[in-house]
Amino acid sequence: MRLTAEERAILAGARGEPVKRALELQLAVGRFYGAKRFVPVSNVHMMGDIEVMGDGGLEYLRHLAGQNARCEVAITTNARCFDFAHIERLGQDAGEAAKERKLIGYLQQMNVLTTDTCINYQTLYQPHFGERLAWGDTGTVIWANSVCGARTNFESGPAAMAAAMTRRVPEYGFHLDRHRKGTFVVEVAFQPEDYAEWGALAKLVGESHQSYYAVPVFTGIRRAPTADELKHLGAALASYGSMAMYHMIGVTPEAPTLAAALGGAKPQERMKVTRSHVERVFAGYGNADGSCNFVVFSGPQLSLLEMRRLADLFEGRRVHSGTTVLVTTSNGVLSAARALGCAQKLEAAGVTILEGVCVYILQNLTRMRAANGWTNMISNSAKIVNTITAHRFNTILRRTRDCVEIACTGVFR
Amino acid sequence: MKKTRLTIRVKRAFGRVVEGEAVLSSEGFSPRYDLDRWSGVITRPGHELEGVNIRDKILFFPTAKGGIAAGWAFHDIKTKGIAPKALVFGVTNPVMVQGAVFAELTITEGWSRDPRTFIRTGDFVRVDPSAKTIELLKRA
Repeated sequence: MRLTAEERAILAGARGEPVKRALELQLAVGRFYGAKRFVPVSNVHMMGDIEVMGDGGLEYLRHLAGQNARCEVAITTNARCFDFAHIERLGQDAGEAAKERKLIGYLQQMNVLTTDTCINYQTLYQPHFGERLAWGDTGTVIWANSVCGARTNFESGPAAMAAAMTRRVPEYGFHLDRHRKGTFVVEVAFQPEDYAEWGALAKLVGESHQSYYAVPVFTGIRRAPTADELKHLGAALASYGSMAMYHMIGVTPEAPTLAAALGGAKPQERMKVTRSHVERVFAGYGNADGSCNFVVFSGPQLSLLEMRRLADLFEGRRVHSGTTVLVTTSNGVLSAARALGCAQKLEAAGVTILEGVCVYILQNLTRMRAANGWTNMISNSAKIVNTITAHRFNTILRRTRDCVEIACTGVFR
Repeated sequence: MKKTRLTIRVKRAFGRVVEGEAVLSSEGFSPRYDLDRWSGVITRPGHELEGVNIRDKILFFPTAKGGIAAGWAFHDIKTKGIAPKALVFGVTNPVMVQGAVFAELTITEGWSRDPRTFIRTGDFVRVDPSAKTIELLKRA
């Protein structure tokens, strides 16, 4: 890689050991990908919680903080594995919670804003076209690349921290024009309505094209999708397909026309998704033991508009006895939802609202599942239906209204 | 008589030379979706490698799935002593690479021929990142 005088100085230790080490990590990744240079970033979003990093990661952060490492680009955190107000109710481990508090302390010491949200793009920072970022949580990355036309790769926790310390990233992947062109065309021959239908569409596209470099171009969508619909589409594409970008003709900024989205090249493939394909997705989930006592609205965290819609659907109803309904959102959204009365409506119906977390990364989830007799997890989020499975849930994707019906009646549909 | 060893070339590689037992999958992999990070066993129901312990293995996956978590997860499982020796991907994503670099695990991407056509689970292989090769050393 071509290094600037500043980068060479960093490697010689001019900005201290943590920045040197950070740049060395980035250099190794850059060399792997054949990057030619580093490019500056103006915003960083990182994943870091005790469930994912473990004791080894905590020790790493302790060490870094002890060396007075400091992030120099605005950096926020993704959803974490504890909502401290709900530890006992969820049967989470007090010892691990104490580690999580330590971890948060180390991050704050290093100038990280611990915002604990995976919807930073809806609540904290809206990047502009062409802006270079180092974002983690795949849902945030696919949003930035696709909807904003900003540029970022999937950046893991340590990689994002490195970027915030060095103020740069190696230029490869979605920082380069050549990887941002559509590679295949998806003709959507139905009009997705519910979030679960957008998610089911993404599951069909993502599962069959698992590749970081696959960039689908959606055609045939006849109305302007809402932000929350694009959020569910993107989060599920990233989850099932490991994808970091999509185009939607006339909707996303790098796709004014099909030819522009494809960069003048021929698509490798054209696929068509019809309503019957999507219906088969919904029909394909087996209800393992017939139970439906765990309904989840999470992954990504809910926006205020999603909170309000859900509050309307639950208003005047009660969650079925023995059923747990979890909703996750950010601190900012929750405070607005309280001010506007949506949170109270959900809680009056018996819904549990968790702040700053995502259900699939909750600490102790496997044991929580067993202790509560949760076999099936029912959700309107195609992403979480995919991501939670390592905890041995049988997962079922359902439309939002059906999720609410199941939650309130205890009857599977 | 000297036998020519079966070798594949990889496109990109990081890490030190490792030798070990191969585990091959035709399904992709994510340490967060598929793996129990306390035992090192792949626990996702229905995963082709469900029940397989990845410790000290050389893992072959055609693709990477999902998530940002690998960045911490490889370091975590290495600290716990249950990490694989190497990750060999057809196509991977940057998180796997960042995670492997951070944890100092050997990782490669891209292959000149599909390893499933001549390497079987249980075979003994050597991954050489600087030569960008994977060699079959011994049949199971």
